[in-house]
Amino acid sequence: MRIRKRNSGSAAAAALLALLIVIMVVATVYVFVTRPPWSVPPDPITSVGAAVDHQYQLTLYVTGVVFVLSQLGLAYAIFRFRDRGQKAHFTRGNNTMEVLWTSATIILFIGLGLLGRKAWADVRFTEAPPDAIQVEVTTNQFVFNFRYPGADGKFGRLDPKLISASTGNALGLDPSDPAGADDIVFPTLTVPVNREVDLQIKSQDVIHNFFVRELRLQQDAVPGMVIPLHFTANTIGQYEIVCTQLCGLGHYRMRSVMNVVSDSDYQKFLKEQAPPASGQ
Amino acid sequence: MSSHAHAAHAMPHAPTGFISKYIFSTDHKVIGIQYYLLALTAVMVGIVLSLLMRFHLVWPGAHLPFVVGGIMTPEQYASLVTMHGTIMVFFVLTTAPQGGFGNYFLPIQIGAADMAFPRLNMLSFWVTFLAFVCIVAAFFVPGGAPLSGWTGYAPLSALNGVTGPGEGWGQTMWIFSIALFCLGALLGALNFIATTIDLRAPGMTLFRMPLTCWGWFVTAILGLLAFGVLLAGGILLLLDRSAGTSFFIPAGVVVNDQVQNHSGGSPLLWQHLFWFFGHPEVYIAILPGMGVASHVLSTFSRKPVFGYRAMAMAICAIGFLGFMVWGHHMFVSGMSPYSGFAFSVLTMSIGVPSAIKTFNWLGTVWGGKIQLHTPMLFALGFVSLFVSGGLSGLFLAQPAVDNLLHGTYYVVAHFHLVMGVAAIFGIFAATYFWFPKMFGRMMSEPLGKLHFWITFAGAYCIFMPMHFIGIAGGIRRYADYTAVTYLPPLQPLHKFITIAAFITGAAQLVFLWNFFWSLKFGEKASINPWNATTLEWTTASPPPLDNFAGNYPSVYRGPYEFSVPGAASDFIMQDLAPEAVARAK
Repeated sequence: MRIRKRNSGSAAAAALLALLIVIMVVATVYVFVTRPPWSVPPDPITSVGAAVDHQYQLTLYVTGVVFVLSQLGLAYAIFRFRDRGQKAHFTRGNNTMEVLWTSATIILFIGLGLLGRKAWADVRFTEAPPDAIQVEVTTNQFVFNFRYPGADGKFGRLDPKLISASTGNALGLDPSDPAGADDIVFPTLTVPVNREVDLQIKSQDVIHNFFVRELRLQQDAVPGMVIPLHFTANTIGQYEIVCTQLCGLGHYRMRSVMNVVSDSDYQKFLKEQAPPASGQ
Repeated sequence: MSSHAHAAHAMPHAPTGFISKYIFSTDHKVIGIQYYLLALTAVMVGIVLSLLMRFHLVWPGAHLPFVVGGIMTPEQYASLVTMHGTIMVFFVLTTAPQGGFGNYFLPIQIGAADMAFPRLNMLSFWVTFLAFVCIVAAFFVPGGAPLSGWTGYAPLSALNGVTGPGEGWGQTMWIFSIALFCLGALLGALNFIATTIDLRAPGMTLFRMPLTCWGWFVTAILGLLAFGVLLAGGILLLLDRSAGTSFFIPAGVVVNDQVQNHSGGSPLLWQHLFWFFGHPEVYIAILPGMGVASHVLSTFSRKPVFGYRAMAMAICAIGFLGFMVWGHHMFVSGMSPYSGFAFSVLTMSIGVPSAIKTFNWLGTVWGGKIQLHTPMLFALGFVSLFVSGGLSGLFLAQPAVDNLLHGTYYVVAHFHLVMGVAAIFGIFAATYFWFPKMFGRMMSEPLGKLHFWITFAGAYCIFMPMHFIGIAGGIRRYADYTAVTYLPPLQPLHKFITIAAFITGAAQLVFLWNFFWSLKFGEKASINPWNATTLEWTTASPPPLDNFAGNYPSVYRGPYEFSVPGAASDFIMQDLAPEAVARAK
């Protein structure tokens, strides 16, 4: 049997690999700790968003500890146990340790998953209260449209056969239904601050998505389904709505904005946008 | 021993013609190399596609090679996204570790002369090859390549030709390719399972198999259960497009003001079928790499694998749980939020066997005598990348946090680290480790190490910053960042990533040079250049047609007998008779 050259355990290679791992860990931890603006989303504007951030932080601590310990452990082992002509320590394993780290990860990971239930359940297991502001979100390649039911509080009937973007009937509103006469259809979303908003999300063609990072919420818009999503924005401002689901060649430019405004500005918006026929 | 084994051992005469020896060969070793070369071709295509995308992302106005019209259009970008993903997942990450190394080494490591069904094996490869021809052809059909992503979400993919360029012929070619691939993978999976169960040498109990064999065996079971579902889904998708059915298309779909003549289908059905395959696919890509990493770490630490049984059982647990977590791709899809929560807890639990593997890898190198040959460097890199990429999964596994991260570059960073780069490090470790056995020559160590240093540092420079782009809200699959106003501030990070990608891409040329140069000029390899213990190192490099020249081995011990106290040398071969061990003391 050929004896290989003793260059395999060279201290330089072991040190370099250990060093690369340490640099990677330090750089990663540094960014997570100092939070430069390109590494974090803006502050959330809902209490549910704050709960999401809390769960995110908790996950960051747990995974961060495991990440740092296992990477540094690996780096240490690479350098400490490099081939210097020593004899390897013979062992086939250790059942106590197997049981120990298996139980530890079960508690840690599954516990984390169970703790994450709240931030999800708060928004997804509940329905919006009946007095929430109703807005229907309709997506198609590559635009968002938002519909308000108008003064009567009722959405008018839609007919896919009547959809015609060129004549301005993007949703296919049926003119024969009086409930639709006062419906407001608008390319941006305007909602009052501190009021529960109940979105009904739809798609006319392919799957799109409604995502506002400040809400910490996103929801696919799926043809054939009406999917609810509710939230209460607590900060006045303008926020971008983007599509996160590959929907065709214009995916990147499918955007809109959400204006969170005071209650009086919201009333003003409804008044200004009300169709003339509705008599307002 | 079963009759199959005898039949396989009774090899007829070696084929003599070039075609029967190298093209339509039934020798698992030739087929393994064919799969490997197919993956090597595919990975070069895949890398070029990704570099074109990276370049376009930061210099969108630049003229690019291979791009029709010179300047990339949004539809071309989306089609590159689709083709990069499809080619890499199917033709690289599934093909090289399983079809390539699995084919070559599973029979040898269990002491068999060939696979259980050599002709079926040849058929699997050629069907896979045809699938690759189909996917490449998608670039050249009218309308170009499809743009619906590697996930091919319906109805974007299900409406023939109306939802965008590439959604006509291109998408159809994509479906043909995937269906053929599934067929090849199913045949291969059957063969691997039958081989592992039936053709093991005397004494080669399941718990004496190298962990590589466990990886291939469980991967084959996953393949058998998963590819059939994708095949069915693909056929239904094809019918929706061409036969007027509506499996995935609901009523009232309107494209360009035209009501589509479909009703009754469900877009979510496609997602369930796709991800029922798609999530196990992640483990199909990574389990063989886990096997290789364990194998190589043990060999070059000169220590037995720490907790061998726990490692084998963890592979089985990952395979089993892998079928119960697909819904975590669908938290925000419109699926019931209660299902989402159930999938979340199941997904968190798959972290447990993954953590067991990681701790046991650390336990394997701990206290060892670590020899940093190139395969060992890649195996150690695999562990580091798997830890980094795996832990970020714990964020995505929680639906609440997924509300923020879904569809962003965070996801891209996560799956590239854990199933892309880590799996490719597994492939590289396997390549440097087994090249001497496959081709009878050593690869260059200095070039191999150079390749490792750049690739390891480069992979982290590409994918670590990408997490932050995603957390900040950078959306994936965007051809252009100018439409959304919060994206331009993330551009400097994108530029850094693109530069790192080009350097890392260039380092792969070092690998190619090393590979082909060493084929001809590498130092001649001995039978067992690494002083390893498993059966492939008991036979010639490269092995003869029947692998053992008629001397079929019997196995007396487990696969990782390194540094056993009292033994004459620091390794004991699996086939060394106990009397010989006693004599040597």
